Amino acid sequence: MERLRKYGFVAGFLVVPLTLYSVFVISPYVQAFQLSLTSWNGYSAIVRYVGLDNFGRLLGDEVFWQALRNHGLLLLALPLTTLVIALFLSFLLNLGGGARGAGMRGVWGSKFYRVVFFFPQVLAVAVVGVLFQAIYRPDEDGVINGLLAKFGIEPVGWLIEPGLALWSVMAVMVWQGVGFYVVLFSAGMAAIPKDYFEAAAIDGAGRVRLFFSITLPLLRDTVQVGWIYLGIAALDGFALIQVLVGDKGEPDGATTILPITIYKNAFSFGKVGYASAMGVALFFLTVTFAVLTLRTTRRERVEL
Amino acid sequence: MTYPGEITRRQLLRRIGMAAFVAGPGAGLLSACATGGAGGGSAAPTTSIAASADAKNPFGVDARKPLEVVIFSGGYKDSYAKDLHEELYKKAFPGVSIKHTGTQQIGTQLRPRIVGGDVPDVLNNSGPDALDLAALAAEGHLADLAPLFDAPSIDDPAKKVRDTVTPAVIVNAKINDRDLVLNYTVSHRALWYNAKLFASKGWTLPKTWAEFTALGDTAKAEGILLFAYPGQKGPYYQLWNVLYTAAKIGGNQVLIDIDNLVDNAWNADGMRQAVAAWVDIQAKYGDKAYFGLDHTQTQVKQLQNELLFYPVGSWIENEMEKDKPADFEYAIAPIPDVTAADKMPYGAIQVGVGENFVVGAKGKNPQGGLEYLRIMLSKEGARGFTMKTRNLTVVNGAANGLDLPAGLMSAAKAQDAAGQNIITDARFEGWYKELFDYGTEQINVVMAGRITPEQFCTNMQRKADDIKQDEAVAKQTRSQ
Repeated sequence: MERLRKYGFVAGFLVVPLTLYSVFVISPYVQAFQLSLTSWNGYSAIVRYVGLDNFGRLLGDEVFWQALRNHGLLLLALPLTTLVIALFLSFLLNLGGGARGAGMRGVWGSKFYRVVFFFPQVLAVAVVGVLFQAIYRPDEDGVINGLLAKFGIEPVGWLIEPGLALWSVMAVMVWQGVGFYVVLFSAGMAAIPKDYFEAAAIDGAGRVRLFFSITLPLLRDTVQVGWIYLGIAALDGFALIQVLVGDKGEPDGATTILPITIYKNAFSFGKVGYASAMGVALFFLTVTFAVLTLRTTRRERVEL
Repeated sequence: MTYPGEITRRQLLRRIGMAAFVAGPGAGLLSACATGGAGGGSAAPTTSIAASADAKNPFGVDARKPLEVVIFSGGYKDSYAKDLHEELYKKAFPGVSIKHTGTQQIGTQLRPRIVGGDVPDVLNNSGPDALDLAALAAEGHLADLAPLFDAPSIDDPAKKVRDTVTPAVIVNAKINDRDLVLNYTVSHRALWYNAKLFASKGWTLPKTWAEFTALGDTAKAEGILLFAYPGQKGPYYQLWNVLYTAAKIGGNQVLIDIDNLVDNAWNADGMRQAVAAWVDIQAKYGDKAYFGLDHTQTQVKQLQNELLFYPVGSWIENEMEKDKPADFEYAIAPIPDVTAADKMPYGAIQVGVGENFVVGAKGKNPQGGLEYLRIMLSKEGARGFTMKTRNLTVVNGAANGLDLPAGLMSAAKAQDAAGQNIITDARFEGWYKELFDYGTEQINVVMAGRITPEQFCTNMQRKADDIKQDEAVAKQTRSQ
């Protein structure tokens, strides 16, 4: 009886969030799995099941593979670049000034920089997209090309050259993401006891040695989390690419990504079933990535 | 003793139990799912509403029933509906209430409702997020407009509505051979230029490709680009342009074949020559920066006289009205002769009907929907539309005596000059969106010179073949 009262009490609290979670998260997932087995067009009342046909078609779909290649590139480059820059900046902001008085401090003006670095994170993605359209504009009215023109350099088609477009988009993602990770790593660094640095510094460790032997190993968990966040971001990119270069993967499929392909298939081409199959594929890609990252980077925790 | 058909309490309980077992726990919540279960209704064919000869109220509208109107609030805004057509409807049926929605997200707003079987009475299906009308038609959501076309017109009850509009309306109304869509506007598409600039320089319109390129050289010397189209957001303007050029070279049959997914339609000579001609213009007289500019940026460049010809339709004048300087006057230029043996002579332009309106067959007030369209097709409704949006409607003679802006006047004159040589519209844009979307992407690739015109045609043909073989895509055909 008492047990019932206890669990009833707990369950009473959980009913509302669990209901919301199942209606708005679990049920769409279940439906996507269900729809991926159909040829539903988004309108018809009769839903025809086609088994695994949609997945079979995925394997032969050039656009799908093109999107996967782009995601692969993003997965390799985006987390690495963002994390390296963020680690470097947060080290400078928190410990770069060396040991002075009690504990470590950042470079001069670090409080100000911290705010500045976080700015891009505050901007809405649509705003960032429009902003960078002006920056990347391929004629002399563009911000970068206007500068280049001053040195007599021909305008560069940042977003219209197949070899450049994805890197240009990635640069925006990095620019926007770094601030968040600087703050994340700063918090992580603040949690490292000062004695470690002092002890190492007394033993004659320089800043580089401090970073690689103390900061980085003790930040491992935070970096791991950042890596997973960025990996998921690399599998998304919907809003930014939609605003910056449009939904056709231009130029020549260089910016084709799965979320936009899914959206177009579902809502523009009326292939909701097929789009759901892509969604299911994306779901497994994301989960696989997260699990793999957690598994391969697992290590015994360092007790602070 | 139980009577046949009567359900005992025990049976009832057992059935509820079975239902609960089949549906599983949580089914109550999940039943609110995307496909709507069986609630969507069957795809039964729509019954036509009979039209009486009563010129005042041929469809038997019940003034007590409210009317719901959803308008795409794009380039035309939605005040022509809110302040004009809806007011006219209210005047005809005093005391009636109208629910008006102006939106740019037609699909996002309506898709969930439609799956549930709830369709507005009047829907202006337009814009990038428009609904797939063929799919709606297959589900029986669209009311038959034949009674509307056969009803007496408002201005002259002796005339049927079908005799007061341009014939293209009737041809373009059809989905699977039934009249389901009303196209309300008329637009003229070809190349648009600044008539005042031409007058001040003493240039004349090029009639042949040689004259076209010669003008390109002259303009180049003055630092003006002969031609440009927006590679961002507006590459379909160039896809249209190439398609219309192909029709000029090889006749409308080129486009009809493409729409009908005829084998090798994209590899027709006219198509290949058209692509090659425009790729050549881009290479010799174009500027690659425009691949990264959107339609507004490109159109502003034209207003600044940085480019001569821009492939677009007659809505451009109203679209750029606010930014247009005093020394700029829009005028239409037909596509020059590409070969000496073009099927259509110089002067051929594309005149098409557009802006789809449909009536919901399963809505609450389809009679009201038909009557609303009949009011739109009255002289008063059409004139008002032209005055508010500076665009012509399909209603014959509705713009007579109106003070039309210069660009529209030039389009009307060009249409007179073209006579029978009217280039048709390419309907695969609405029928096979995937093909059209692919085309708008590929046109940038070929114009930028990264593939050859032959490769473009091959790619398009391959995509068309894919669509043809895809059973999930409902096929349409046209004969003219």
